[in-house]
Amino acid sequence: MTEFRRQIKDSEKENHIFLFRGRLLLVLVVLLMLILVGRMAYLQVFQYDLYTLRSERNRISVEAIPPTRGLIYDRHGQLLADNLPSHSLTLTRELTDDVEAVVAQVCTLLELDETCQTTLVERSFQRRRPFEPALLVDQLTEEQIARIAVNRHLLPGIDVSAQLLRNYPSGEALSHVLGYVGRISEEDMVNLDKKAYSGTHYLGKTGVERFYEDNLHGKVGYRKVETNARGRVIKVVESEHPSPGIDLTLHLDAKLQQFIYKILNKRSAAVVAIEPKTGGILALVSSPGYDPNVFIGMLDSTDFHSLRKDPQLPLFDRASRGQYSPGSTIKPMLGIAALDNSVITREYELMDRGYYQLPNDDRLYRNWKRNGHGMVNLERAIAVSNNTFFYNLAYNLGIDEMSSFMQRFGFGESTALDVNNARKGLMPSREWKKAAYKQPWFPGETLSTGIGQGYWLTTPLQLATATAVLANKGQWIAPRLLASTDSQLNLLPKKASKENIELKNPEDWDYIFNAMTNVMHGFEGTARASGQGANYKIAGKTGTSQVYSLSQEKGNRNTEGLSEHLIDHAVFIGFAPAENPQIVLAILVENAGGGSRVAAPLAREIFDFYLTQERLSLKENDLAP
Amino acid sequence: MPRDFLWSLPGAYRDLRRKESFLTRIHIDGWLLLGLIILMSVSLVILYSATGGNLNSTMAQATRFSVAMVAMIVVAQVPPRFMRRWALIAYIFTLLTLLAVLILGIDAKGAQRWISIGSFRIQPSELMKLALPLMLASYLSQCHLPPNWKNLTIAFLLMAIPTLLIAVQPDLGTSILVAGAGLVVLFLAGLSWRLIMSFIALALAALPALWMVMHDYQKNRVKTFLNPESDPLGTGWNIIQSKTAIGSGGLYGKGWLEGTQSRLEFLPERHTDFIIAVLAEEAGLVGVILLLTLYTLIIWRGMLIALSVDDTFSRLLASSIILTFFVYVFVNLGMVSGLLPVVGVPLPLVSYGGTSSFTLMIGFGVLMSIHTHKKMIVK
Repeated sequence: MTEFRRQIKDSEKENHIFLFRGRLLLVLVVLLMLILVGRMAYLQVFQYDLYTLRSERNRISVEAIPPTRGLIYDRHGQLLADNLPSHSLTLTRELTDDVEAVVAQVCTLLELDETCQTTLVERSFQRRRPFEPALLVDQLTEEQIARIAVNRHLLPGIDVSAQLLRNYPSGEALSHVLGYVGRISEEDMVNLDKKAYSGTHYLGKTGVERFYEDNLHGKVGYRKVETNARGRVIKVVESEHPSPGIDLTLHLDAKLQQFIYKILNKRSAAVVAIEPKTGGILALVSSPGYDPNVFIGMLDSTDFHSLRKDPQLPLFDRASRGQYSPGSTIKPMLGIAALDNSVITREYELMDRGYYQLPNDDRLYRNWKRNGHGMVNLERAIAVSNNTFFYNLAYNLGIDEMSSFMQRFGFGESTALDVNNARKGLMPSREWKKAAYKQPWFPGETLSTGIGQGYWLTTPLQLATATAVLANKGQWIAPRLLASTDSQLNLLPKKASKENIELKNPEDWDYIFNAMTNVMHGFEGTARASGQGANYKIAGKTGTSQVYSLSQEKGNRNTEGLSEHLIDHAVFIGFAPAENPQIVLAILVENAGGGSRVAAPLAREIFDFYLTQERLSLKENDLAP
Repeated sequence: MPRDFLWSLPGAYRDLRRKESFLTRIHIDGWLLLGLIILMSVSLVILYSATGGNLNSTMAQATRFSVAMVAMIVVAQVPPRFMRRWALIAYIFTLLTLLAVLILGIDAKGAQRWISIGSFRIQPSELMKLALPLMLASYLSQCHLPPNWKNLTIAFLLMAIPTLLIAVQPDLGTSILVAGAGLVVLFLAGLSWRLIMSFIALALAALPALWMVMHDYQKNRVKTFLNPESDPLGTGWNIIQSKTAIGSGGLYGKGWLEGTQSRLEFLPERHTDFIIAVLAEEAGLVGVILLLTLYTLIIWRGMLIALSVDDTFSRLLASSIILTFFVYVFVNLGMVSGLLPVVGVPLPLVSYGGTSSFTLMIGFGVLMSIHTHKKMIVK
């Protein structure tokens, strides 16, 4: 009985414990449910803004649509730079687990060289947004596309996409003036508007491509797309079309440029041709050139190194960046300066015995002709390129007046409106020498300046500009490449125009022109061989740019036995027809000796080509390399 | 027995006066059934959205629900005393299959959870969610309660062995649920408070040891739980994306089928473990509160059933089943909302999947059987 009572009692206790604890758990359940509600409310109400933003960021991604680069035409509408469709290989890093392995596969499939692996891996790591494909290889051939397509399943993240690539149909001849576009590098990225260039892989690096980069590039378009977690586009939310870059028409005459490049025959030389009425640059040739197309696509690093290491410096733009002594080519301009300053008159004559001496100085400053030219006036001095006359002229004019008058022809500054990176040359002056050398100006230096040697440095572009001013009878016009565009905007940069050169006696211009015509056609002109038989009149001046200063005392310079890089540069300036100038030329041929022997014959060929109808009958590809 | 005697029994007036309804006669609890049907319907609606409008998956789940519902009704017909009689055999059988899984199991996601018999896959850890409370309730109902040391030791072993076997599979989520089911039985059977406190202290002290034996992916989950931003694209991705889905739902949600996080596949496991994030994103806080209210009502009803039974075996089993159901809800919401580490626990009867809903519905069948058979139990 007691045992039975105990059991009953226990049962009551058990009942009690169960009911109490069961209810306790029920309360706990409700409490924990409330905690869950509280947690959800915290996320959904208090942190709503934060997570809404995150969810939007997840959802929407902006894809850039690159604009089509503006085209470049020459003055006759010939296409100088266009865009060709091309297939390229891209890699989306997020879609592959092993970038190295995929790249190795690609290299084998495309049969690329051993440097390919490192280059491509590097390219795949270029800065970009997540899920944005990185460009690995472009200009795939049909066969390469096929190979990739067949092995697509082995190459996660790899894609073949089509886009437009820059193409330069004229190749080497226009390489320096047009420049080229190249892959945007990490250094470019630093200063680049990343938004404007999202989606663009190439950028103008030199020449017109660089100078008008902002206009040629165009405005990037975008697509706001909804993408899923794997980066696949689900739908387009919003989009804006890109606006293509502006098409440029240049003053350049592609056929003239190609003709010049051809006759230079890969010699180290520069030729600048300007239309004096407009200042339009007809040709800006630097030889040797290079094929700008190699900078597009996968540049084989060996190609680039051989271009860089070539002793002829094909990458160097001699026409706008090469600085040379002008030599005797500046004698016509100095003649103008002397006449206008009444230092001499047209009738003034000087007896040349082959040398000039400064007062109180027994040093002899020699003419190039050992025994002298006898009696010379300014006209004859130009025609025969007499140095003695110009020593005297320079001495009487003085360095200050000479320097300031020559600056009015554009020497010592970069006056071209849109030639990328053109150099300034150097017009020496008393102040300049004090600043540069902390030395006074010596009278002997005035004499060498008077024959275009010494410190005086000019670029071929500057020589052509000065000659154009001369041909225009002092009318200043800045040289320019851009003729027109397909937009309303005036893209030519505004530079303060220089003052025209107004002479006290404007007939002095004709006098000098006459002297320059005698250079080409006169019986003792230095370039009379080149002027012979022309059915139009050329006004010209030859020159020799000294590379190696031989002692003036030793008299005649003997080029024989000098190693080639010490031989003087041949220089020529001129315009034609003399009475109505259509084209102005400046020619410089490196290490070629005298201007009359090498540069003037080239000038004649170029004038003939431009002024006769030969040029117009040429088909577009006749001069193509 | 004379009628008068029946009427003189405690509670007889309440029970005998009322005419037995049809549902009671087929051993079904109407309220619970209603709650479960609403829950399943809600599940199908969310699932349709979470699978990206995949009607096939939704219909497949509806079929599973129907099968589970039938199973529940069948189980409800089985009297509790019958269950009690078979408890030991069911427990031993399940334990053996658990061992078999460890030896023969199919490798899946780095965890061995299934054994295949022909084309049929059995997940014994799921069965253990029922077998363990059944065994414990059966065992403890034979003891004098509150249990003495000997009873406790045996009960603890009965619980610990399957829990460990499941944990080493490794399936942390299920082992937590199994352990939870066992602990509820022990707690309600009258485990002394002093022991409870000692266990808690012991467990806290054992945490570092636990860390040592955890698998790398489990460790990662805990690390990620503590700081999800440390690896946003790797292990932290799940929790960041689920919080983003929940938070961006706001008060009223983005609308059904409009949840960008789930539709654009940013949300992982969106139709299984993380399905609540889909509801939170599309129906907002309001939807979440309505669902939690539904769960609370179901649990409330279940606890009322358990509390109204006099038989020890039945009430221990019933409360264990319904509280395990709650642990499901709490652990799932806790992990999806970033309160708890990510352990693979589905949202009961809402997440896509057959096995867990099947087991859960059998549990509800047991619950209904207990509720509707209680008057026939002869004391």
